[in-house]
Amino acid sequence: MKNLVEVKNIKKNYGKNEAVKGISFNIKENEILGLLGPNGSGKTTTIGMLLGLLKPTSGEILINGQKLEGNRIEILEQINFISPYIELPKKLTVKQNLTVYGKLYKINNINEKIEFLSEKLRLGGLLNNITGELSSGQKNRVSLAKALINEPKVLLLDEPTASLDPEVGDFVRSFLEEYKKEKKISILLASHNMNEVTRLCKSILMMKDGIIIDKGNPEELISKHGRKNLEEVFLKLSRSKNELN
Amino acid sequence: MYGLFLRHFYLITRSFPRILDLVYWPTIQITLWGFISNFFATHTTYYNNAVGVILTCAILYDFLFRTSIGFNMLFLEEIWSRNFTNLFIAPMKIGEILTSLVATALIRALIGLIPAVLLTSPLFGISILDLGIFLFFLFLSLYLFGITLGILVSAGLLRYGPSFENIAWSTMFLLAPFGCIYYPIEILPEVFQKIAYLLPLVYIFEEARNILINQTVDIQNIYNAFMWNGVYFVLSIALFYYSFHVAKKKGTLINMGE
Repeated sequence: MKNLVEVKNIKKNYGKNEAVKGISFNIKENEILGLLGPNGSGKTTTIGMLLGLLKPTSGEILINGQKLEGNRIEILEQINFISPYIELPKKLTVKQNLTVYGKLYKINNINEKIEFLSEKLRLGGLLNNITGELSSGQKNRVSLAKALINEPKVLLLDEPTASLDPEVGDFVRSFLEEYKKEKKISILLASHNMNEVTRLCKSILMMKDGIIIDKGNPEELISKHGRKNLEEVFLKLSRSKNELN
Repeated sequence: MYGLFLRHFYLITRSFPRILDLVYWPTIQITLWGFISNFFATHTTYYNNAVGVILTCAILYDFLFRTSIGFNMLFLEEIWSRNFTNLFIAPMKIGEILTSLVATALIRALIGLIPAVLLTSPLFGISILDLGIFLFFLFLSLYLFGITLGILVSAGLLRYGPSFENIAWSTMFLLAPFGCIYYPIEILPEVFQKIAYLLPLVYIFEEARNILINQTVDIQNIYNAFMWNGVYFVLSIALFYYSFHVAKKKGTLINMGE
């Protein structure tokens, strides 16, 4: 499997504050990579750099073999993002929002795409509803539809199931597993839900203070640190001094 | 009670745009109305058709105001709805974002302008169309300046984040005294006149008054207005690109809306 995302020694400084101190990782095709770490560890900054919203102080990011620097627009056509901290315009209907983003991503068959996604994400009865009047679970599924409107090769997910009830959370996780398998996309999943990460990710990066302090698959990490589950590993690593550089 | 006071006190003292906002509203209002009062007290016979000239200038100024605020509103809407990040991760060039905002702002301004123009005739017996073909050039010039101000404020929003919003509302009022909307430039003190001559507004409103009062056209005024508009428009575009570059360095784009 080829690497769709290649991150090479990226650093990000805000003045004297070093938010990310030179991290490297790859995400293969058809892989979900978990990005874990306590608040302030540099996860959001890393995602911001992958989205081209932040310029790395140094280092290089390649998406599908193309350098992000200098090819921002071409790369943005191939990636998408969801986060509970960003929303779609509240006054527009679900269909209007999806149409707007379909146009922004230059999708030709917008109506077909909306129909396909609304069926997959159980949005059929919601297309003419006002987005701001939807429940959290419904809004989350609409955001996911927006994030898939361009059939991204790389999907960045920042706490995609935060504030969702267990049923909707499970639906979203199942959908992501199936979608990844079907489309062979790369997913970067930043989450504080350890069960979700254990279920979805074959490999994990643990970040703290701007560096990667450990990595591996969930079982390896649990066994290596002699803990019962990933949550205990997270707590151990979050509270310990940095182990790996 | 003290807690609530502190909540707002901390907010104000941590934001320069908010402090500026507190100070300059009263200053601008006093300055603008001071010049207007001074003009009418000393030039009682200047306008033969005072209502017509003042209303025409008011409509022109409102068009400028609507264009500028309309542009800013489009940008602010994305921040308020927390859609800003979605927009900036879409594969759109900065030029494309600006072009779509410029076109949408024009439509918004025209929607606001048309009823105002139509109302002046039945209510006051005045038609802005008295300005003739040159009305088009005056509107075009005002539209360009309104868009330029909108782009400058949006550049500030990109660079400084939502706290720059207050500036968005007040840019037009800051320029109003120098724009010589309701009085000729001679009413301003000499130092202010020098500043006013650097703005396209003074040429536009001088020309509107010239056409309505003297029934003549001074092409030089229209030329000067377009020349200054060109200079500021190019500067505003450059500043917007620079602000986007700085925002990517400082991280404003991912924190927008908080």
